[in-house]
Amino acid sequence: MSGSMRRTSVPPGPEARAGLTLRGVRIAIRAHVLIPALDLDIGPGECVTIMGRSGAGKSTLLAYIAGTMEPAFSAAGQVAIDGVDVTGLAPEQRRIGILFQDDLLFPHLSVGENLAFGLPASLRGIPARREAVERALAEAELAGFARRDPATLSGGQRARVALMRTLLAAPRALLLDEPFNKLDAQLRHDFRRFVFDHATERGLPILLVTHDVADATAAGGRTMTLEA
Amino acid sequence: MDDPHHGRVGAAVHEVTRARGGVLRLAPALTVAVFLLPIGAGLIGTALPAFGYLPAIGGRAFGIAPWRELFASPGIATAVRTTVVTGIAATLVSVALALGFCAVAHGRRWTRRIGGMLAPILATPHAAVAIGFAFVVAPSGWIARALSPWLTGWALPPDIATVGHASGWPLVLCLVAKETPYLILMIAGALHQVPAARHLGIARMLGYGVTEAWLKVILPQIYPQIRLPILAVLAFSLSVVDVALILGPSNPPTLAVLAVRWFGDADIANYFPGAAAACLLFAIVVGAMMAWVALEHAGEAVGRRWIARGTRSGAASIGARAAFAMTIALCAGSALAIVGMSIWSFAAQWRFPDALPGSLTLGNWSRLWASLAVPVATTLALALAATLIALLLVVCCLENESRTHRRAGDRALWILYVPLLVPQIAFLFGAQVLLVSTGLDGTFGAVVWAHLIFVLPYLFLSLADPWRALDPRYARSATSLGATPLELLLRIKLPLLMGPVLIACAVAFAVSVGQYLPTLFAGSGRVATLTTDAVTLSAGADRRVIGVYALLQAALPCCAYLLAVALPAWRMAHRRARWT
Repeated sequence: MSGSMRRTSVPPGPEARAGLTLRGVRIAIRAHVLIPALDLDIGPGECVTIMGRSGAGKSTLLAYIAGTMEPAFSAAGQVAIDGVDVTGLAPEQRRIGILFQDDLLFPHLSVGENLAFGLPASLRGIPARREAVERALAEAELAGFARRDPATLSGGQRARVALMRTLLAAPRALLLDEPFNKLDAQLRHDFRRFVFDHATERGLPILLVTHDVADATAAGGRTMTLEA
Repeated sequence: MDDPHHGRVGAAVHEVTRARGGVLRLAPALTVAVFLLPIGAGLIGTALPAFGYLPAIGGRAFGIAPWRELFASPGIATAVRTTVVTGIAATLVSVALALGFCAVAHGRRWTRRIGGMLAPILATPHAAVAIGFAFVVAPSGWIARALSPWLTGWALPPDIATVGHASGWPLVLCLVAKETPYLILMIAGALHQVPAARHLGIARMLGYGVTEAWLKVILPQIYPQIRLPILAVLAFSLSVVDVALILGPSNPPTLAVLAVRWFGDADIANYFPGAAAACLLFAIVVGAMMAWVALEHAGEAVGRRWIARGTRSGAASIGARAAFAMTIALCAGSALAIVGMSIWSFAAQWRFPDALPGSLTLGNWSRLWASLAVPVATTLALALAATLIALLLVVCCLENESRTHRRAGDRALWILYVPLLVPQIAFLFGAQVLLVSTGLDGTFGAVVWAHLIFVLPYLFLSLADPWRALDPRYARSATSLGATPLELLLRIKLPLLMGPVLIACAVAFAVSVGQYLPTLFAGSGRVATLTTDAVTLSAGADRRVIGVYALLQAALPCCAYLLAVALPAWRMAHRRARWT
């Protein structure tokens, strides 16, 4: 087994894993302050839920953490992952995974190619990459779907592919931006389990924003409410 | 909604729609006929003489003699090679630059106004840009002047070949400078149809830089929409005449220029090999398009493997950044080219190697004023007539579309692109033969029609998207207030769409002003416009004279564009003023 493969599959030692840390995060749009000052520590495998009405700044907070915030907002504060400050880094260098309400699978790629897009390039060789994709599909109970067009999948199947694509990129934290919203009740329940099981199994700190109390209950961790 | 009155109005409106729809329903067929008929008839009229049949000048025997003559003519192999190499090189480079530029520029704030920034380059006729480029790169041109004598030591223009170089590089350079902005604009339009920002965001979260993500995620999704414009660039680059006359090699020239020379020859027997050359060019264009489609398939296979490898190395973004810089440099070059010719038009004397003229004067303009009046008036009249007729037809087509709720599909798009995909020379000679036989050649109407062939598709393409995007609720609420379909069109839709309509008209106007070959052939050489005169003069007239023509040629479409932008803004300001 090559060293590079090890790096992606084996988590680093506990001393390096401080999880996701926010220090003094403040978000405003023009003179209107959405989040005055937020300190938050989310340990590995822990899930924190932030509740709030739409427009309260939940999604903007996640965009700030991810580094993709719209320039219309102004924000300050530190984002650190496993003790390393990532605030100044470009989004693509932060290694933060994010899931949205929409699965955002790329329509020009097959299901397998979507997953391969997420896989790091350090995993080399077509057979090894194909195997990693097949393994991810099997985990998502979608074995044999690699060549399918994403458009032929059901909503629940697409959501699972989107999560696997995110996880294959080996993120160090997972942000969930109301990803369960569009699914119907039974699917929502199943997909929630699927997400939390896989993320905690990998020891990822999870930050979930939602306006659905059931999501927060299912997440099981601390819950905060944004008042804006 | 259950209001019975509302239902009655709805039914009445529906009846009126049906009654009025009669005339409108003819609009699409009429519009298509306006440009497809002359192209079809012209292609046949060119193909027949290519096989020896042209009774008007005594050709009655079918045979391959014209082809033998064509292939026996000196330098024909070189001409074909130059045509293929310059045409394909110009297309490949334009596409690569446009894609690289868009990959790097995507999402930046200033790109929101990219259309306005590129408008002057797009609106300036090819011939004017080519004339300007000729001055920039000539041995006695601006680059040589800027470097002389301090660096080069040249006190006289050096004896080196640039303009007209056998390899055709100045031709490729000018085509790339003109076609890259066009492709960028087409890409910008296609981007509205995919969730580009969100897909780029997700790709970045997966570790890809913006540029690499654009190439891997956005480009494959928009490619189907920019495919026809790319094929149009390919066809244009292979068959362009005015730019090749000004910048291309002269002996032998490109195939299209060779055909034009034969068609313009005093010896009418040369029509036969000319027709064969035009048909050969048509075949080359078709072959090149097929090769391009094969290249697309190969590119897709390679691209899929590239994407599946998951590399985030950013090697592609280095190339894209280089393309971005080159595009900016080329746009600056185009601007310099026009500025250079503008300066010439005011130069009293401009000796080599001075970087700027010694003194400026209005003398060139006042001397030429009398001889300019006719071509300026003709250019304006042709452009206005073609634009207004095209606008009428296009509005009827689009209105018919919204009344019948049947949108023109993909096949209609291909039909619209036919004038841009068929080489002009392949059908213009045949069309001219028909015009001569009916005695219509050289008339104003014939030239307007020839311009319409190219004005119509551009006007349709620029107006269709904003028209279709108009919120249908305006129409519904006006209808429920009792407006007839005609009132709805004149008092609601057209005023709401005033901006896009004016822009589309400016595009159409610019297309007409830039037409060289259609004016030449439909006008039988007797209808002189700024563009035909400028191309003729470029062969060796005084640069001060050429400068006047090139500047006027560039100024007319740019003024039209400015007017199209300024009018709605002025109207808005006026309206606000009234409110306060």
